[in-house]
Order: sequence, then C-alpha cells, then structure tokens
Amino acid sequence: MKTQESDVRRQKNKYRIRVVLVCVLFSVLCSLAAFGSEKWSGVDESVVEKFAKEHGREAREPLINTDQGDLLLFVFLIAGAIGGFIAGYSWRKLIEQRQDDRTTDENHALSKTTKG
Amino acid sequence: MRRQKPEDKRQKAENGKGQKIGFFLPTFLLFTVSDAHAMHISEGILPFQWALFWSLVAVPFVLYGLYKLKKISSIDLSFKPLVGLMAAVVFIISCMPIPVPTAGTCSHPCGTGISGILVGPAISILITAVALLIQALFLAHGGLSTWGADIVSMGVMGSFAGFLTFRALRTMKINVSIAGFAAGLLADWATYITTSAELASGIKGDSPFSPLFWKILIAFIPTQLPLGILEGAMTAGMVTLLYKKRPDLLVKMHVIKPGEVTI
Repeated sequence: MKTQESDVRRQKNKYRIRVVLVCVLFSVLCSLAAFGSEKWSGVDESVVEKFAKEHGREAREPLINTDQGDLLLFVFLIAGAIGGFIAGYSWRKLIEQRQDDRTTDENHALSKTTKG
Repeated sequence: MRRQKPEDKRQKAENGKGQKIGFFLPTFLLFTVSDAHAMHISEGILPFQWALFWSLVAVPFVLYGLYKLKKISSIDLSFKPLVGLMAAVVFIISCMPIPVPTAGTCSHPCGTGISGILVGPAISILITAVALLIQALFLAHGGLSTWGADIVSMGVMGSFAGFLTFRALRTMKINVSIAGFAAGLLADWATYITTSAELASGIKGDSPFSPLFWKILIAFIPTQLPLGILEGAMTAGMVTLLYKKRPDLLVKMHVIKPGEVTI
C-alpha cells in the first residue's frame, strides 16, 4: 500500500514539476517578446494618458511634484517602509490577540476545573 | 501536564509562523514598492464638471465609511489591527507595479477586494480614499482633482464588487479560497471597467460614449486580464491565511459562520 502511495506521489510531483517548467518557459518567452517590442510603461501612460491626449486633454503637473530625479524613488521607498511597518505590526497584533484570547480561555477552564 | 505539551508545541509553531510573516511581509512590501502607473487618473485629465461630479458621488460613501469605522471601533477594540493591516495592504498594493509579460506593460492590483471582504465595503472605501489622497499628494500618483473619480473606481466599485461576489458565492456554500479568488478577480476588473467609463465620459467631447468606452476597455484587457487573475490569487491567499490563523475574527466580521470554525 505504502509503495503504491509513494508511486502516486512521485507521479503527481513529476506532473507538477512539468507544469511549473512549462509556465516558467512560457513567461520567459513572453518576457523576451515584450522586451523586444516595448518598454514597461504603466497603463496610465499607455492607455489613460494616450486616449486623453487623443481627445485634447493632457495631464497637469501634480500639486506637490515629487517626480523629479530620484526624489520619487526616495518618497516611494519611505512610503513602502512605513506601509510595510504598519502591515507587519498590525499582523503581529492580530496574531498576538488570538494567543491572548486562547490563554484567557485556558485560564478560565483551569479555574473551573480547580473549583470543581 | 504532559497532555499540554503538544498544544504548547503547536502554539509555539503558530507563534513562529506569525513572527516570520510579521518580518517577511514588511520586508517584501518594502522592496516591491516603487513608481507605479495604472488605474489612477492623473491630475487634469478630467474636465472640471466631471471631476466635481465624481467627487460628489464619492463623498457620501467616504462619510458613511468614517461613521462605520467610529461605530465599530468604539464597540470592539480588536478591530483596529485589522483596519491597520488592510489600510497598509491597500496603500502598498495600489503602488506596486507588476510587469505583465504578455502585454509588455506594468499595472498594479487594487487590494480593495480583500479589504471589502474583511472590513466591509464602507470602511474599505474610507481606507482607499486615504491611500489615494497620500498617493496624489506625495507620490505624484493620481491627482487631487481626480481624487473623487479614483475613489469611485477603486474604492466604491472595487470594494462592493469584492464584497458582493464573496458573499454571493459563500451563500452558495462555495469554498472560502475559491470565493476569495473570484472576489479579488472581479474587484480588479470592476475597477478598470469603471475607470474606462469615467475616462470615456470625461474626454469624449461631442463624440458618442459607447465606442470610446469599449476602445479604452479593450486597451486595458491585455494588462488587466492576467493581473486580475493575480489579484484573485492574492485575495484567496490572504483570506485562506486569516481563515487558518484567525477564524474567530472572520466570524466576528461575518465573513464565515460560527459553525465553520473547527478549532
């Protein structure tokens, strides 16, 4: 029985590896094709601003223009760091809450059994 | 005492997993955030009357979100970390450009599907409004005049599409992961369909709305079709992770029923 199960697992693993390889190959080929034809522009440039320009509307400079040299990279890095910190902190709080709840439940159960 | 040992081990393992995620999540997000270009309609693209119209549409939703957040957080303090997590996720995900090899362009997911499911559409809209305001002010991403239009497309449509899809599929007793995937997928596509409608109505001038709308929507498809699938997978992953880690929280948020919790 065990050997049959392991054979089935091996076959499944082989199949999974093949699927992953095909996906990787496909995405590499597509990437190469894309590199050859276009740059990695955002859809707001290639779609939104393109259509707007065709209809006589163009994007204005933002109120606080951080799109100057490497300033935008700096601002994005700071935003990512703060956002990442908040996400990580909140996630940890959520997990800690769960553990706190569990320990209080266990304490309640323990006190009930000692009283009984 | 001996019986508690496997429990302790399990708790320790869970604690370790939580800490690992707590470390890797911010690290991952830190390195993925960079200049993004996608659904945000830039400053000055929409004419004044349309910008005003979309802002007026967005205002009641944002105010209702504010009211709902105050109400829920005054009753239950444990709700705050979840809102914090969702705010950070929506902000970062909507700044995260993802290259789509098949199209040769970059775009970003919205994150409003997952926030719509977990904190409800009203608070999700509020979170999105704040994220979009910070992006418009400091990240040269979107615009202040187009803030209302961006709230409606990403916040209102994304959150409601995600929330309603998830709820509808759950009432049909479909698996949490599959429902999450469909919610994320439809939230993303709903956002871009609305962006196409907003843009077409704003820039059409005297020409008819419908052909321009379809032209813009079709132009979005090569990028957003695969990206929507990715957003679906992300949403499914996050819902499933919370389902395993904090099923009690999902019960509290009416995402799942109490009977579904096996722990």
